[in-house]
Amino acid sequence: MTGKRVTFSNTWLAALLIAPQLLLVFTFFYWPAGEALYWSFTLEPPFGGENQWVGWQNFKTVFEDPLYWNSVRISVIFALSSTVLAMGIALILATFVDRQLPGYQAYRFMYFWPYAVAAPAVGLAFRFIFAPDAGFVSALNQWYPGLWNPARDGFDAVVLITLANAWSMVAYNFIFFLAGLQSIPRSLNEAAAMDGSGVLRRMADIQFPLLAPTFFFLVVINLTDSFVNSFGIVDITTAGGPARATDLMVYKIYSDGFKGKDYSLAAAQSLVLMLLVISLTFIQFRYVERRVHYT
Amino acid sequence: MVERTPILNILTHLILITGLIMLLVPLWIVFVASTHDFRTVNTVPMPLWPGNQMVANYTLAWQQSGFGPKMLNSFIVAIGVTAGKIAIAAISAYSIVYFNYRFRSLFFWLIFVTLMLPLEVRIVPTYAVAANVLRPYQELLDATGISTVIGALAGIKITLPEWSMLNSYTGLILPLIATATGTFLYRQFYLTVPDELAEAAKMDGAGPLRFFWDVLLPLSRTNMAALGTIMFVYSWNQYLWPLLIITDIANYGTAVMQLQRLVPGPLFGEPPRWHIAMAGTLMVMTPPLLVVIFMQRWFVRGLVSTDK
Repeated sequence: MTGKRVTFSNTWLAALLIAPQLLLVFTFFYWPAGEALYWSFTLEPPFGGENQWVGWQNFKTVFEDPLYWNSVRISVIFALSSTVLAMGIALILATFVDRQLPGYQAYRFMYFWPYAVAAPAVGLAFRFIFAPDAGFVSALNQWYPGLWNPARDGFDAVVLITLANAWSMVAYNFIFFLAGLQSIPRSLNEAAAMDGSGVLRRMADIQFPLLAPTFFFLVVINLTDSFVNSFGIVDITTAGGPARATDLMVYKIYSDGFKGKDYSLAAAQSLVLMLLVISLTFIQFRYVERRVHYT
Repeated sequence: MVERTPILNILTHLILITGLIMLLVPLWIVFVASTHDFRTVNTVPMPLWPGNQMVANYTLAWQQSGFGPKMLNSFIVAIGVTAGKIAIAAISAYSIVYFNYRFRSLFFWLIFVTLMLPLEVRIVPTYAVAANVLRPYQELLDATGISTVIGALAGIKITLPEWSMLNSYTGLILPLIATATGTFLYRQFYLTVPDELAEAAKMDGAGPLRFFWDVLLPLSRTNMAALGTIMFVYSWNQYLWPLLIITDIANYGTAVMQLQRLVPGPLFGEPPRWHIAMAGTLMVMTPPLLVVIFMQRWFVRGLVSTDK
């Protein structure tokens, strides 16, 4: 770690300054994470008393449960498709905004807005817009009754939460893509233009390859975000239904832990999700950051 | 750029306008729906132009959900998290960057790792800690044998009092501060501050606190604005955490929590009063939206440099 050449030597003061952060991190991060580890290997006896060590049993219960695999499958589909949608749209918008035609500031200004909208608010708005008996998409049902009904049809429900999630993530991706594009030296683009390559050609051969680090960074962030931050959307639009069609991993942890009061089972699931998120971050740090450099 | 591309320019605008429609139409529909009466809002397809029921709907939504105290709670929490985060991030990064002691890289990594696991992932055990915040310390005392030693020496049994953060502002605020976002941002900033500044301050006889307060903090104003915007939006929009720890909704309920109760539908056996629901949604999403709009320049810079 790089420090400063000029430093102060008052160790007590240094300790005092960092103490609040360390206390908070210990109390609300390390202790809970450790406790999740402990719970996932123990079981609370039905009549109270100390937790009993049960080894891998909680994980066995989790992994042998088809409902859990259902939740994993849906989470993966959900995360992948909303990532593709959100990043694809953001990339197109950012590249064209970066052409800086007259009026581009206005687009840039308004593309940020969805970033500020809370996930459950997105959920409620999309629930209305895509309601089977009100809003807009229900017009489909007048034309062909029963075509669209996220309250009954699991597939429709997944489409609904995916669209809502993608919508709320486009802004974040857009900001990063645009920042990435703006850090590409103008001279590169100009030189290519002088050599006679057109706008689209330059996008494909200069801008997209140079965006690769941003791109992979965003893939990881988007996947993590979809695994983790989808609770608000799911809870408001579908509440995990119909028939568990949208029972994402975070939602299942919540319903097993807080509605089912089974801390051990929820802790085991939390641990699996933690490992998943950590490995995504790890891939980001180790692999992507090292391999993708063109400049 | 340099060349003339009239067709491509038109295409560019078309694409950008399509993007704008995709991103803003949901917001527009929420607004339009919130201005119609019950019958109009439930016609299919709904009109795309605002009606004249705006005042009535908003008043009703405001009163029904008790948004007065809830918005106030949301503001208290958002400002508490924002201010707390900035303060803690500024001083802890200062300690890591400007002081030389043995454990500073260890501390940095201990804090940095928390970026990896968002609150949602460790929600169950964090809830258990919030129910009795001093329990970790009690168990530490017991496990390390400190309580036994003191018990034997002084004859007193150490029992830390039970301190529950459920149904309190501290419970809503503190766990949200316990992450590394701001610390990391501040560390990056301190590393860009030229060494000569600290040198000059030292030569003039300024101590570490003086240097921090009079030189570094004023310099970090941009940083503060960025972090402040991000944290305000983040904490205002919290949903799962308040939903878990607040059961006393009348006193501590936040605005975003209230969205769950706005969902109309057969679940609650009432007619789909979407106009009221949408009026509520719009009111809940407005404060962070305004903050982002006004602070855009700062917040974009901060977001891109924190990488999260």
